[in-house]
Amino acid sequence: MDKKTTNQKAWLFVLPVIILVAFNAIIPLMTVVNYSVQETFGDNVFFWEGVKWFEAVLNSDRFHASLGRQLLFTSIILAIEVPLGVAIALTMPKKGVWVSVCLVFMAMPLLIPWNVVGAMWNIFALPDIGLLGRSINALGIDYNFTSQPIAAWFTTVLMDVWHWTSLVVLLAYAGLTSIPDAYYQAAKIDGAGPWAVFRYIQLPKMKRVLTIAILLRFMDSFMIYTEPFVLTGGGPGNATTFLSIDLVKIALGQFDLGPAAAMSLVYFLIVLLVSWLFYTLMMKDEAQ
Amino acid sequence: MSKISLKNLRHSYEPEPGPASEWALNEMSVDWSDGGAYALLGPSGCGKTTLLNIISGLLAPTEGEVWFGDENVTQLPPDHRNIAQVFQFPVVYDTMSVYDNLAFPLRNRKVPEPAIDKKVREIAEMLDLGDTLMSRAAGLTADGKQKISLGRGLVRSDVNVIMFDEPLTVIDPHLKWVLRSKLKELHQRIRTTMIYVTHDQTEALTIADQVVVMKDGLVVQIGTPVELFERPKHTFVGHFIGSPGMNVLPCHMEQGKPVYAGRQLDMATPITQAAEGARLEVGIRPEFITFAETGIAVRINKVSDAGRFNIVDTTSGEDSIKLLVPSADNLPADTAYLHFDPAHTQVYADDWMIS
Repeated sequence: MDKKTTNQKAWLFVLPVIILVAFNAIIPLMTVVNYSVQETFGDNVFFWEGVKWFEAVLNSDRFHASLGRQLLFTSIILAIEVPLGVAIALTMPKKGVWVSVCLVFMAMPLLIPWNVVGAMWNIFALPDIGLLGRSINALGIDYNFTSQPIAAWFTTVLMDVWHWTSLVVLLAYAGLTSIPDAYYQAAKIDGAGPWAVFRYIQLPKMKRVLTIAILLRFMDSFMIYTEPFVLTGGGPGNATTFLSIDLVKIALGQFDLGPAAAMSLVYFLIVLLVSWLFYTLMMKDEAQ
Repeated sequence: MSKISLKNLRHSYEPEPGPASEWALNEMSVDWSDGGAYALLGPSGCGKTTLLNIISGLLAPTEGEVWFGDENVTQLPPDHRNIAQVFQFPVVYDTMSVYDNLAFPLRNRKVPEPAIDKKVREIAEMLDLGDTLMSRAAGLTADGKQKISLGRGLVRSDVNVIMFDEPLTVIDPHLKWVLRSKLKELHQRIRTTMIYVTHDQTEALTIADQVVVMKDGLVVQIGTPVELFERPKHTFVGHFIGSPGMNVLPCHMEQGKPVYAGRQLDMATPITQAAEGARLEVGIRPEFITFAETGIAVRINKVSDAGRFNIVDTTSGEDSIKLLVPSADNLPADTAYLHFDPAHTQVYADDWMIS
């Protein structure tokens, strides 16, 4: 009975996907790998450089600075968007006509193209003509995101929160609505307060969707490019130059293809490693 | 612990209920004495769960009052009523251990930790949960989880009533028996009032001292299992309880006795209650019909073997009559005569028993 029937035909069915992935991911990635270990001056002439670019990137102060900014930005927006999203989801109605109204309003920011979000907030926050910028200045606070790093960070974070909190809300809401009424009734009978209900019923039931939400927000915010590029262009100075903006500057601004390729690979591995670690830890906890 | 009284209770889910069909629960007044085991029995949608939720306080009745002993609790929320409820689908706090689950209601009520520990261990022992006390509740099987649900009610010493909302729905058949007898045994030990909602007659009849049969939001009969079986007050009770259900046959009255198929039927006590213009029927359970030399002429259609008994399907004119005869008995050929036991023959006017 331990003789297994194997059917190699299955490979045929996976083949189209393998070809597709090869063309849109593996081959481009290999090109990047190719660039990362060589030096080129154009004309398709390459010189072997080994791990030189990797060493350079890992020891570069500039890379450390962008990575630091990137980590700080991602931590801030996760710390705001996840609790805020959960809080909003908790206050949303469970049934009635308002459910769809709320859901549509919530989904709206997600439907706006990223560069439009950047342009919108750019105008919105301009100190002379923007509603937000003028209002803040009218309150007596000196605010100009084009010249003050703090103001630039504030605006970028606010924009991201506006754009993406909805995603957390929708996922958390989906998790919440899947909780049967009996749980709330049992909690009521057991004399549980609102905090105990949240801690022992709602949070555990939302755990899976929140894991997904945090993963998505981590990856997306870690690779954020369009919105800050349109809003601040990475400035003032290098204040909001996040990893991807820095990468584009090196690759397309300075045409340092080798270092840029090495940096992309390091960048890619960081995202991969953090996501994998986080997911594995959450699932390990789940399995217990 | 206290007596439970429902006074003129009515409930509707409509904001402004009008006709009877819009009432999930029609006017009812019931008294349940302290320490009894009661079952609410009825088909799905008959208002059992509505009634249960009103008693537990999850739902406020449109009209009427709920009293626990001398206290009117109609407006009190569930956590102030000192009740416990076991739901149809097991409710456990997944992230907690079995121990923490059982301790949860006590911790919410700020009971000191040593007292909690003592009580939790005692209840866990009672429910055979001792071995799994420290493992995560999420990992238990459905019956284990239902035991936790029950345990969360039992740990509280001030519980007035424990309510069960079809708690064995998700339990495997062979475990149903085990849990049912466990429940019965527990009830004998702790003597807390129990209200058990079910649509399964076997469950209701084995667990409860008294069964409340409901239909379309109406209590049709309250009685012991024996009463429900021998003297169903409504044809619905006759149909719903017993397998196969009661035979209900059209009849008319002559000198206080029902006449069916041209034959006057004997009764233990003659009918004195007037029932002018009502639709009259005679009801008799299959268990109380025997084959005889003379009587109601029937044709035998089908015999089904039900183990110790044969269920014999017969027809008399348009009507089908079922009877139960011991398997050992010889069955007559195609046609036969039936005898109805006078002590168990009842007459119904518009579905309600008359005497």
